Amino acid sequence: MSSMLFVFSRPPHGSINAQEGLDALLMGSAFTACSVLFVGDGVLQLVTGQSTDALGTKNFSLSFGALKDYGVTRIACSMPDLLARGLHKSDFLIEVEPLDAAGMQALIRHHDKVLNF
Amino acid sequence: MNFAIVVHGGPYSSQACLSALKFAKAVLASGHSINRVFFYHDGVYTANSLIAPPQDEAPVSRQWQEFGTGNKIELIACIASCLRRGILDETEAGRYEKSGSNIAPGFTISGLGQLIDASINADRVVTFGV
Repeated sequence: MSSMLFVFSRPPHGSINAQEGLDALLMGSAFTACSVLFVGDGVLQLVTGQSTDALGTKNFSLSFGALKDYGVTRIACSMPDLLARGLHKSDFLIEVEPLDAAGMQALIRHHDKVLNF
Repeated sequence: MNFAIVVHGGPYSSQACLSALKFAKAVLASGHSINRVFFYHDGVYTANSLIAPPQDEAPVSRQWQEFGTGNKIELIACIASCLRRGILDETEAGRYEKSGSNIAPGFTISGLGQLIDASINADRVVTFGV
């Protein structure tokens, strides 16, 4: 069975891309071994304490708490993109593994299929 | 080689939709196969039968229909994306008590599992419009 890597590169709000990406990841993990990599503004999806009250949209970030329960194998993010945004992994809702460029390259290579959101 | 093609961009708001069609045609012309085309995000607007583009613009939705039907390739539009954007088949229109359905011929509304299944079973997955 193919392993799948989901790459999330969009910010959490402003478009529905992040939310629909997470839906696809949760569906994927029901079928096969899945991992997720947050890059670029995608790292903002994980920041704790988000509120969408003022936006009038659904606060889907709470669903990230379910990734472990769904059996998502590795939850990783880009270390350079984290640093560039003044973030630390302690700012995140869930435990995330920061990777350098070589680590990300290895993660991508390790998976049979990569889906971008 | 067997390809799965994923389209995220809408037909008239993104180049992705037409680029995906051109790529799909090139895949077949090169002797490869396509196991499924999955429309997600705004890509599902391609399945809207009510699209009426100006005459001097490409009829993107109809071109996809002809491609899918002519080559017997499944064109699947994600149900969650469709419902949010008002793309309905008769079953969903009935379920949600809407005034009519508007899924274009050649397209089928189905679940995200079809994206995962196509990805797992393809040699390559190519996504347009991220």
